[in-house]
Amino acid sequence: MDGEELTEQETALYDRQIRVWGADAQRRLSKSHILVSGLKGSVIEFCKNIVLAGVGSVTLNDDRLVTEGLLSANFLVPSDPNAYTGKSLAELCSDSLKDFNPMVRVSVQRGELSNFDVDFFHKFDAVVISSCSLSTKKSINEKCRKSLKRIAFYTVDCRDSCGEIFVDLQDYIYTKKKEDETIECHIVYPTLEEAISAPWKSLPRKVSKLYLALRVIEKFEELEGRSRGETSAADLPEVQKLRKELCDTQSHAESQIPDALLERLLKGRTEFPPVCAIIGGILGQEVIKAISGKGDPLKNFFFFDATDGKGIIEDIGNPKPK
Amino acid sequence: MVSEQQPSAIEGAKVLMVGAGGIGCELLKTLALSGFRDIHIIDMDTIEVSNLNRQFLFRQSHVGQSKAKVARDAVLKFRPDISITSYHANVKDPDFNVDFFKQFNVVMNGLDNLDARRHVNRLCLAAVVPLIESGTTGFLGQVTVHIKGKTECYECQNKPAPKTYPVCTITSTPSKFVHCVVWAKDLLFAKLFGPKNQENDLNVRSSDSSSSSEQVEDVFEHKNGEEIEQYARKIFDHVFGYNIELALSNEDTWKSRGRPRPIYCKDVMPTEHVHQNGNQGRGSAAGDMASVSAMTTLGLKNPQDLWSLKENAAVFLEALKLFLSKREKEIGNLSFDKDDQLAVELVTAAANIRATSFGIPLHSLFETKGIAGNIVHAVATTNAVIAGLIVIEAIKVLENDVKNYRMTFCLEHSSNKMLLMPVEPFEANKSCYVCSETPLTLEINTHRSKLRDLVDKIVKAKLGMSSPLIMQESTLLYEVGDDLDEGEVANYAANLEKVLSELPSPVRGGTILTVEDLQQELKCSINIKHREEFDEEKEPDGMVLSGWTQAQAAEKNSKVSADNGASTSGASQAASTVPEDEDDDDDLQIILPPVPGKKRKLSDVTATSGVPSAAKEPKIKRKAEEINGDKDIVMLDDGNIVKKGEA
Ligand SMILES: [Zn+2]
Repeated sequence: MDGEELTEQETALYDRQIRVWGADAQRRLSKSHILVSGLKGSVIEFCKNIVLAGVGSVTLNDDRLVTEGLLSANFLVPSDPNAYTGKSLAELCSDSLKDFNPMVRVSVQRGELSNFDVDFFHKFDAVVISSCSLSTKKSINEKCRKSLKRIAFYTVDCRDSCGEIFVDLQDYIYTKKKEDETIECHIVYPTLEEAISAPWKSLPRKVSKLYLALRVIEKFEELEGRSRGETSAADLPEVQKLRKELCDTQSHAESQIPDALLERLLKGRTEFPPVCAIIGGILGQEVIKAISGKGDPLKNFFFFDATDGKGIIEDIGNPKPK
Repeated sequence: MVSEQQPSAIEGAKVLMVGAGGIGCELLKTLALSGFRDIHIIDMDTIEVSNLNRQFLFRQSHVGQSKAKVARDAVLKFRPDISITSYHANVKDPDFNVDFFKQFNVVMNGLDNLDARRHVNRLCLAAVVPLIESGTTGFLGQVTVHIKGKTECYECQNKPAPKTYPVCTITSTPSKFVHCVVWAKDLLFAKLFGPKNQENDLNVRSSDSSSSSEQVEDVFEHKNGEEIEQYARKIFDHVFGYNIELALSNEDTWKSRGRPRPIYCKDVMPTEHVHQNGNQGRGSAAGDMASVSAMTTLGLKNPQDLWSLKENAAVFLEALKLFLSKREKEIGNLSFDKDDQLAVELVTAAANIRATSFGIPLHSLFETKGIAGNIVHAVATTNAVIAGLIVIEAIKVLENDVKNYRMTFCLEHSSNKMLLMPVEPFEANKSCYVCSETPLTLEINTHRSKLRDLVDKIVKAKLGMSSPLIMQESTLLYEVGDDLDEGEVANYAANLEKVLSELPSPVRGGTILTVEDLQQELKCSINIKHREEFDEEKEPDGMVLSGWTQAQAAEKNSKVSADNGASTSGASQAASTVPEDEDDDDDLQIILPPVPGKKRKLSDVTATSGVPSAAKEPKIKRKAEEINGDKDIVMLDDGNIVKKGEA
C-alpha cells in the first residue's frame, strides 16, 4: 500500500486485529493523528481503544485540574490525590495512555479549544470533542471543514445512562467488501449545523427520542448561558416550557419527548460507566473505519439508552448543495 | 431501571467473573468503575504478547504472568478501596464446586472455549445463580442472560455443527487450503513429533494402505546414526512424493478430479543449496521455543509474505532439522501449538507444498497460523461494548428487574437502524438434556464399540462431562476420582477396554444408562439402541447421539475424526483426545441458528469465528423490524419478522 511494511513487533502486537481489518488498514492507522478534547468517561474509553489499536499519535486537550468528580468514570488516573496536584486532566491521562502502547505518541495540547485556528486542526486526521458548548462544537466543525484535507469530525455527549455520537466525514469515499468483491462507495455528510437544524417534520419516522430531547436541552443550555451538563432536575419546568415552544414551532407532538427522559438527562451529572464503555467502543470503531477507509461508516448520529438497550443509528439533515 | 439512582444493589453484591482476557479486562474495569465492591475473578491463563493489543490491563513486562492477578492489581490502582479476589486456576478445578458458586449473586463469563462455558452453565444451574454469557468475534458480539426457571440455559440452543472434514478429503483429496493445513497439523506434525505408536495413517488412504503401513513406520523412524539432513529429505520425499504417487495409482479417485503432482526434494532443492544454508540455527538454548526459527535461519522476515515452492521446501527441511537438532527432547510429546513459532513454520511450509501438489492457492505464515490455531479475530472496541452491556444486564439481575432482561447482539451492519439490538431472552428448551430431564438416545454397535469409545466420544466430547460416572441400573461401570481404591481403578480400567455387550453388566439395545458428573451436578439418562453399520464419512464417531445440543463449529473444527464405530485405538485418540489448542482469547461466537420446527425469536445470525474458511468476514443475515411501537422488542423467525402471537 504505502510502501512501508509493518515491523515484526507491530505484526506480533496487532496480530488479532490485523486478522479483522488487514495490514493496509493497520499501516494507515499507524500514520494517523487524532485530536481529543474534553476527557469525559466516554472519551477516555475512546482514547484507550485507539491507543490500543495503534494510531500514530493522540493529542489530548483538557486543562481542567483533577477533582474527584472528574474521575468518576476514569480508569487512567491512579487514585492518589498526591499524584495529581497541579497537573491537568490531560497531563495525567497522557501519562497512563503512553503506558498502554509504547508505539503511539501521546501528547498534551494546552489551551482553550475554541481559540485554535484552522491551521491547528489541519495537523489531524480525526478530531473528537466532548464536554463543550454547542457553539464551540459548531465552530470547530466549521474549522475542520475549512482545512484543505478531509478531517473526520466527531462529537460525543453522555448524560445519565444515555449517549450520543455525531459524525461528519464531509465528502467520504471508502471501500467495502461485498461478496468477495471490493466496491467503492461515496457518501456526503451534512455539518453539525445542517444536521441539527433539520426541520423536525423531515426527521426519519420514529426518530430516536434522545435526538429530540438532547436538542431541547442543548437549546436550554445555550439560552441560559450554562456550561454543558450544568443542569439539574430543578430545571425541568423551564425545559418543559422550551419543549412546548419548540414543538409548537416545529409542529411536533410533545409526547415524543417524555418528561421522564428530560428529567433523567437534566439530573444525570455523574457518568454511567457501562454507557461510557459502549459509546467509547462504538466511537473507536468509527474512527478506525474512517482512517482506514474500510467498512460502512456511521451516518451521522448514534444513540444509546441503557433503559431500552438499543444502539440506534439515525441519518439526519441534508448537506447543502455546493 | 438502569441508572445511577440505586447503587445499593451493586454495592452489596458479590460477583464472579470467569475469564480475564479481552472481555474480562474490559469487564473488570467497568464493574469497578460502576461501583461493584466485591469481585472474584478466575483465569488459568498467563499473558501473551498478542493479548496486549486489547487486554489493556496488561503490559509487555507482564508477559508470562497470571492474567487474573495482573488484572486485579491494575484495577486496584484506580479503585484501591474495593475487594478483588483473583484465582489463577482452571474453573473446572473441583474447588470451584456448587457451594463455591452459591456465594455469588451473579456470574459473568468472558470465556474462550465451549468446554468451560458448558461447565459454568451447569454449575450455575445447580447453584441457582444467574449467569451472563458473552462472546465476540471481530466487530460482532453478544450478551445473553441465563437464569434457571426464567430463561433458557446456555446449552438449550442448538449450536452450529462442528466443522469436521471427511477423512479422505484430508488424506487424499484436499480441495481447499484448510484441508492441507489440517493434514499438516493433525497428521504430519502429530506423526513426526507426537506420541509414538499412533496408527496415524499418513499414507494416502488407498487400497493397499494396510500393506504399506509397516513401511510407513520405517520411514518416520529416525534411526541412530542417520544424518539429520538425510532424514529430513527422506521425509520430504515420502510425504510429498511417494504418498502422492501412491494416491495417483488409485485411478478411480482421479476420474472426476485434477491429478495431484508429486514433489520430490531434489527437484526443488538441489542438495548443495540446502547444505549451504542448512542447520546453522542461531537459536540459543534448546527448548526455548521463541529462539529457534527456520525463518530466522533462512532470512525470511515478513510473516505476511507468500513463499515460493522453493522457499516452502527450504523452510520445511530447515524446521524439521531444527526440531531434530535443537528440540530433540520434546519429540514424542509435542502437540501443535500456534504460539510455537517453529511448529507454525513447519505446518505452513508443509501445507503449502501439499497445496502446490493439488493446485490449491498458497497462503502466508500469518494466514496459516490463523487457520491452524483457530485464532479468534479480536478487537478492543467490541470487547469494550460487550463488557458495558454485560454490566447493564448484571445490574438488572441484581435489581431483579426480570421484565427488562435482554440478550443483546452487537452487529457489524445496522439492522433496522440498530447496531446494538436487544432481544427478549428465550424460554428454556423443554427437551434440553442439561436443564430438563429429557433422556438422550444413543445408536451404537454394542458388539463392537468399547466402553472407552462411549466415554471419550460421547460422555466427554459431546456431553462435556469432565469427571463422569456411568451406571447400568445399580452397577457402576465407570467412575473417576481420587478416592477410588486400587481394585476399583483396575476394574474400571478393564471395563474401558471391553465392548459394551461384554461388560459385567452388559449394555445392549434397550439398556438405559445413567451418566452423571458429580462436580457439575448433572445427571442424564441415555437410551441405548443397537445398530450394526455406520456411515464412515457422515457418522465418523461410529455412533449417533440424539437429543443433545451440538458443539460449536469454532472450537471443534479441523479435527480429523477417523474410523468407524469400533474401537479405533491409538490413532483416533491421538487425534481427538490431545487437548485441542483452544485460542488464548476471551472471545468466541455463540450465535443461534433456528431449531427446526420450533418457533424461535431470532435466527440465522451466524457469526463464525476461527473457522478455517473465515479469512472472510463473518456473515450476518437478518431482517428485523420493530413491532408494537414502543414495545421495542424484535422477534424473528428465519430472518423474517414475526409478531407476537402470530404463528
Ligand atoms: Zn437448557
